[in-house]
Amino acid sequence: MSDSDTPTGTPAGADLTDTPLTGLHRALGGRLVPFAGYAMPLQYDDGPVRGILAEHHHTRTAAGLFDVSHMGQAILTGRGVAGWLERLVPADLSELRAGRMRYTQLTTEDGGIRDDLMVARPTPHALDDWGDDALFLVVNAATKEDDFAHIAGALAGQAQLTPLPARALIALQGPQAAAVLARIAPAVAEMRFMEWRALALDGIGAWISRSGYTGEDGFEISVAADEAETVARRLLAEPEVAPIGLGARDTLRLEAGLCLYGQDIDRTISPVEAGLAWSIGRRRRREGGFPGAERILGELSDGAPRRRIGLLPEGRQPVRAGQTVEAGGQPVGRVTSGGFGPSVGRPVAMALVDAAAARTGTPLSVTGRSRAVDASVADLPFVPPRYHRG
Amino acid sequence: MTTLLFTRDHEWIRRDSADSTDGTIGITHYAQDQLGDIVFIELPEVGRAVVKGEEFAVIESVKAASEVYAPASGTIAAVNPALADSPALVNESAEADGWLIRLTLANPAELDGLFDADGYQAYLAELG
Repeated sequence: MSDSDTPTGTPAGADLTDTPLTGLHRALGGRLVPFAGYAMPLQYDDGPVRGILAEHHHTRTAAGLFDVSHMGQAILTGRGVAGWLERLVPADLSELRAGRMRYTQLTTEDGGIRDDLMVARPTPHALDDWGDDALFLVVNAATKEDDFAHIAGALAGQAQLTPLPARALIALQGPQAAAVLARIAPAVAEMRFMEWRALALDGIGAWISRSGYTGEDGFEISVAADEAETVARRLLAEPEVAPIGLGARDTLRLEAGLCLYGQDIDRTISPVEAGLAWSIGRRRRREGGFPGAERILGELSDGAPRRRIGLLPEGRQPVRAGQTVEAGGQPVGRVTSGGFGPSVGRPVAMALVDAAAARTGTPLSVTGRSRAVDASVADLPFVPPRYHRG
Repeated sequence: MTTLLFTRDHEWIRRDSADSTDGTIGITHYAQDQLGDIVFIELPEVGRAVVKGEEFAVIESVKAASEVYAPASGTIAAVNPALADSPALVNESAEADGWLIRLTLANPAELDGLFDADGYQAYLAELG
């Protein structure tokens, strides 16, 4: 027996970086695996909620706590800072109001995606150390060094990027997340999806956004690294909350139709192809002025040659990333993410296919390991989002 | 007397006696624990011939797909009918009810050199 397509089958080695919560994961029975250079829990083997399926269902029905401290946090400061960042992303950041967060992408000169990221404009006086003309960024773990160098290089000394490696990031996700967090910080009850606040959690300063990567209502909580275990243990002490590993994080985000950088999006795939055109600002569509604007604006007006789609394989066998998608015997694309969807109770996948094969209901097949699996194009997401839009 | 042998790839084969040519094959408890929640098992057709070391089944867990290799050459005599509807039986009972196939061995001597139970436990201890 051998694992063939998991990057996480070997024990965490000594050359990995710990997050501020790695000790807690060990204490909770976390099965630590290497992920983007960090020792991260794949799943938990102790406690009442153990294993990827149970952790997935717990997050959809109660509340799950995720350590996402491996992600890159940074503050961007300086006069007109939104305009400087707009040189690198297609989102409209000048109209991003204080206390709001937005999803966008760092694009390449060729119109591909270097990374996807969250950008928040903090509420006034929230970041006393940083002044009011600041943006808070969260980027992916594997790309953070490259992202930060890329952003700093584009600022031409007019704005300042400060990575925050001494901050941890904790996600609390699920239908009970708001009730749980409101016991500690009642003000979170008033927050809507993609709002951002600086609040105290039992006296600990926290930057909290109502956001996440599961399709559920929930929060992402940035705290100083040395306070992270206190905050995590405080949340885990609530009866609805269980720790959740990377395995369920992946099944949850796949069912929610959310992109994983390096699989569903990369430097060759444009935001339009990836179905992320909704995140491109109206003014930016008129004015351009971001890397790859020629391709991206062209695809917005003429249609993209390829599309990210949802794919429902027939039967019980999951399809997996990298497998070829065919229509009428001809290759039309590839699976970018695939697995079993615990909440939909069947295999689910996302694929990048030629636009002609992307219409909902189109019959396709996936070349599996030993035989072809019939599949059809399905609307994303596979589970309805339950974001708190207020 | 029943004999139970183990491979380095975490399969087991059980026979009624050391010279029997009928073996029942599955994956070990350790293997199912490494795989996590199993959601689908692709089993071979009865009557198919396999050679030692050949992939004969694919186990899909929530996190990955894994091949299962034949510990010896032979012909597939039966597959576990319960696994089509209940693949998680392998998680619950990897070394008993969650068996995968019965194999008619072409050459039982191919099993020489596999671990016995104590040897397999020592091997697992080495793996950490």
